Amino acid sequence: MTVLTTTEAVEQVSKPTVPRRRRRMSAGSIAAQLFMLVMALLWITPVAFAIYVSLRPESETNRLGYVSIAHKLTFSNFTNAWSQSDMWRFFLNSVWITVPAVIITLLFASSVAFVLSRFSFKFNIPLLILFTAGNLLPQQVIITPLYRLYLQIHVPHPLSDSGLLYDSRLGLIVINVSFQLGFCVFVLSNYMKTIPTDIDEAALVDGASLFMRFWRIVLPLCRPALAALATLLTTWIYNDFFWAITLISTGNKRPITSALANLQGQFVSNQNMIAAAALMAAIPTLIVYILLQKQFIAGLALGSSKG
Amino acid sequence: MRRLTRRDKIIVALLLGIPLLLDLAFVWLPALASIFLSFTKWTGVGGIHLKSCSEFHTLPGLPQPGCLYGTQNYHQAFNSSITPDFWPAVRHNMLWLLVFIVIATPLGMLFAVLIDRGIRGSRVYQSVLFLPVMLSLAMIGIIWELIYAPNLGLINTVIGRNSNSNLIDWLGNPRLNIWAILVEATWRQAGYVMVLYLAGLKAVDPALKEAAVIDGANSWQTFWRVVFPVLRPINIVILVVTVIESLRAFDLIYITGKGNPVKGLELLSVLVTQNIVGETQRIGFGSTLGVILLVISLVPISIFLYQVFRREEKQ
Repeated sequence: MTVLTTTEAVEQVSKPTVPRRRRRMSAGSIAAQLFMLVMALLWITPVAFAIYVSLRPESETNRLGYVSIAHKLTFSNFTNAWSQSDMWRFFLNSVWITVPAVIITLLFASSVAFVLSRFSFKFNIPLLILFTAGNLLPQQVIITPLYRLYLQIHVPHPLSDSGLLYDSRLGLIVINVSFQLGFCVFVLSNYMKTIPTDIDEAALVDGASLFMRFWRIVLPLCRPALAALATLLTTWIYNDFFWAITLISTGNKRPITSALANLQGQFVSNQNMIAAAALMAAIPTLIVYILLQKQFIAGLALGSSKG
Repeated sequence: MRRLTRRDKIIVALLLGIPLLLDLAFVWLPALASIFLSFTKWTGVGGIHLKSCSEFHTLPGLPQPGCLYGTQNYHQAFNSSITPDFWPAVRHNMLWLLVFIVIATPLGMLFAVLIDRGIRGSRVYQSVLFLPVMLSLAMIGIIWELIYAPNLGLINTVIGRNSNSNLIDWLGNPRLNIWAILVEATWRQAGYVMVLYLAGLKAVDPALKEAAVIDGANSWQTFWRVVFPVLRPINIVILVVTVIESLRAFDLIYITGKGNPVKGLELLSVLVTQNIVGETQRIGFGSTLGVILLVISLVPISIFLYQVFRREEKQ
C-alpha cells in the first residue's frame, strides 16, 4: 500500500496540499509555524543576498561591505558580465548539449523500457539492474578510464572539432545520455508496466508493426512520465559540472554551468560580477522552477516511488 | 505472447541493443577498466605492457610505458607519507555522509512532515525550501561566497568579525572550511530529501493514520510507529541518494577552491580528478581511488537493487 503506482505518483504530487482540518492554533502548531518561518527565511537569504549584491557596484560594496544600504542599484554587473565574456557562447553550448542529450536519452530509454516491459525474456531483470546500477555509480568511479577512452575515440570533423570525443560537444552529449539512461529506463519501464498490455496487443491484431505499437501507442501513453523526466533531465544536464570540467579542456567550448569556473578566474576580484554571472546562468533553471516545478517534483517522485 | 516475425526481432534488437551498447561502452566498460587499471602504473604515454613494472628500468627523462604494478597503488594510497591527502579525503567524505544523515535528512523529513500536515502557507514553504534543489552546485558555491566573504560578507559583518585583526576566514581556514561547505550542501540536500519524502508521505493511506489516532496515538507515535515503517521503501531511496551524493561531492569544492586544491577540503572525488588533469597523469592511481569509491558505493547500491528487484523476482 505504500508503493505508489507510477501514474498515481504523478497525480498525487501535482495535487496541492490542502489543510485537512482547521484547528485552533495549539502551542505545537505555533512552534511549527515559527520554525518553518525561520527556516524559509534562512533558505531564501543566500539567493536574495546574491541578487542584492549583484545589483550594486563593486566600488560601493568594497567601501561599505555587502551588508549595507544600497546607494545605487544598477544592472551594470549583469551587462558587464555579459559583454566582457563569452557568455552567449556558453549559453549556446549549453543548448547544443542539453537539448540533444535530453531528446536522445528519452528516446533510447523509452525504447529499452518498451522492450523490457512488453516481452518477457530471461534477461529482463538483469538488464534492468544493469541500467539502474549504472546510473547510481559516482561519476568519479568511471572518469579516469573514460577520460582515456575519450582520447582514443576519433570522430570525424563535422561532429567534433577536436577530432576526438574528448573536448567536444558530442562527447558531453554521449556521456550525459549514457549516464542518465539508467534512471530513465528504470522510471519508464515501471511506468509502462502500469499500461495494460491489452491496449497495444489490440493494435497487433489490427496489423500494426511492432515499431508502430511502440511509437504510436505506448509512447504517447507515457506522455506524463516523459514530460516529468524531460524537466528533470534538462535541469540535471544543464546543471552538470563534473563531466564538462573533466572532459572539456578548451574554455570556450564549455557549457555555461562549468564555464562559471572560467568566469570566476576572469572576473577574479569582482565578486559582484561573478554573482551576476551565476544568477544569469541560473535563469533557465529558475524558469523551470517557476513554470515546471510540479513536473520536476513528479519526476523525482517517479524515480523513488517504485523503490 | 505471439511469435515475433524476423522483422520484429530485428526491431527489438535495435531498440534494446543501441542503448545497451552505449551504457556498456561508456559506463560499465570504464567501471570495469578502472579495476584493471588500478593494478597498473601508467602516465598515459605509450600503451600498457603486460609486464611487471619492476622489469622496466626507468631512464630519467624518458616516459615509462604502462606496466603492471600489483597492489602498489593501493599501498601508496593508504600510506599517509606518500599520499597525505588520502585519509583526510576519506574523513571528509565520511563527515559529509554523517552530516547528511544526522542533519540534512532529518531536517528534510521534518519539513516534509510539517508541509504534509497542511501547515498554513505550506505551498510557499515547499517552494522556498525546494529552490536550492533546482540550482547548480556551481552556482550555489558562488553565491555562498558572498555570505562567507571575510571582510565584506554577511556572517562576519553580522557577528562583527570583519576587521582585518579579527576576521574569520570561513572558506580558507582548514579547520572551518569543510563545515562551511557542509552548510551549503545541507542547504540543498534538505530540500531534496523533503521532496522525496513528501511524495512518500502522500502515498500513505490516510486510513492508517486515522486508525492510529482512534487507538489513542499522539502524532509523534503515529509518525514513528505507523507512518515511518510503511515508508521503508522511500527511506531506502533516501539512504541511497544520501550515500551516493556524499561520494559524488565535487562541484562545491572545485568552485570554492577555484580549481585548486584547498587545505581542509580534500575529498576522494577531488583526488581522482587531480590525477587526470594537469601535466602528470597518474591513470593507475586515479583508477585506484575510483575503485575505492566503487567498493564503498556498491553497499547502498546493492541494498537498493535488492529491495527493488526482489519483489519482481517473485512475480
